[in-house]
Amino acid sequence: MFEITTTRHNHLIDPILHAWTWQIPVYLFLGGLVAGMMIISGFFLFRGRHKEESCSCFYLPYISFIILSVGMLFLFLDLEHKQYVWRLYTTFQITSPMSWGAWILILVYPILLANMILRVPKSVVKKIPKIEEFSKKILEHKWAVKNIGIINMLLGAMVGMYTGILLSSLGARPLWSSAVLWMLFLVSGLSGAAAFVHLIAKNDYERKLLAKSDNGFLVIELFVIAMMIIGLLTSSSSHMAAAILLLNGPYASVFWVFVVGMGIVIPLFIQLLAVNQKIHHTPIAPIMVIVGGLILRFVIVSAGQLSHWF
Amino acid sequence: MARYGMVIDTKKCVGCTDCVIACETENNVPEGFARDWIEQIAVGKFPDTTVEIRSERCNHCSDAPCVTCCPTGASHHSDLGGIVLVTPNECIGCKACIESCPYGARFVNPEGYVEKCTFCIHRVKEGKDPACVSVCPTHCMHFGDLDDPNSEVSKLLQKRRNHSLIPEAGTNPNIFYLT
Repeated sequence: MFEITTTRHNHLIDPILHAWTWQIPVYLFLGGLVAGMMIISGFFLFRGRHKEESCSCFYLPYISFIILSVGMLFLFLDLEHKQYVWRLYTTFQITSPMSWGAWILILVYPILLANMILRVPKSVVKKIPKIEEFSKKILEHKWAVKNIGIINMLLGAMVGMYTGILLSSLGARPLWSSAVLWMLFLVSGLSGAAAFVHLIAKNDYERKLLAKSDNGFLVIELFVIAMMIIGLLTSSSSHMAAAILLLNGPYASVFWVFVVGMGIVIPLFIQLLAVNQKIHHTPIAPIMVIVGGLILRFVIVSAGQLSHWF
Repeated sequence: MARYGMVIDTKKCVGCTDCVIACETENNVPEGFARDWIEQIAVGKFPDTTVEIRSERCNHCSDAPCVTCCPTGASHHSDLGGIVLVTPNECIGCKACIESCPYGARFVNPEGYVEKCTFCIHRVKEGKDPACVSVCPTHCMHFGDLDDPNSEVSKLLQKRRNHSLIPEAGTNPNIFYLT
């Protein structure tokens, strides 16, 4: 027998911790998606694909801008003391991943703007004609475009990693205290972004390239999930119990069916057939990858709060 | 600098919850919430069973994860004995500290900021014990400087067998339970 009776009944803490509900997983998902899109857009700029009229690097920063802002809105909605949100930007706490994240997100906007300025919508050019001249000047300098691409990739990688480190730095939750969680969230963000761009890309070369690379990301994601679970299973009893939450516990069905099965294995199988020209490319696989990425964040955040030291 | 901590004798604690009521009264704890609480842990198989009754609260850890993860510095170690405090008008209510605490010692005050045990720092500044310690009818709770070898708490820890809670979390808690 091991029985605990407690008089504590604090809201959001008892009987099980649920301080972070839907806003945080959605924010982490959207952050990962933006990270992936920044890396893809940055890669295309670095490779000089901006010479192509239909290159996705021209419209991805606009989509990223909107998605990141929506993600930050969700983060804001999660705050309990909203009127003090400005406090985030009056200090930099070097030991706090959330403080790092807040400042990184602020750095992301200027680089997205730098990418956006490479091709400005006609409605904006009509109002401010000088912008088009500025865009032309940047596009004339290969090194400037390349550097915008490199910074996009670097900041994108930082955002993707941050979404995982935010959780893995919280050692009180054994499921999150994994050294590969940042890798899982980064590669999941990349795979979700590759799937999303594959869905919307106007350029056939990019669609095929992203389908191929998405297959690679999905394989890496499976490998990282395996590493994470092996890492937990070979650690303390609290960590083992945390892994069992996913493997055989209350989160097992959603984890195996929606995250691993429908989010990774089935779309990987469909996209492998498509890449090898056995079937036509279908939007079903990328949609499954994107939804799987969202469910992954929900499962990790929720199961992590259920995991505890004992 | 002093390192304030508590030593609680589980052989004397009867779980009367006087400490809980005293805290709520002293600190105007919002209704339905608790900064300290009683836990009763029953272990073993009949007839070889043991029961430990503990008065629990924030452990005012020396390596407090709630302090390091706070993005605004609202969670901090006080200059007075390393007591862990939250500055309400610096707290944004992100709840990272709640997630980082292995003891579940923090909660969100209905006004939005995170709240927890302060070791009744306003009383400690006046040289008094925290409210929970001062009202305990069995005198099972002791408060003092753990770094002073002549303090009552240090002497009790030298004399009696004791343990802290979840030491494997690596937070260096400053509340000890005599067994």
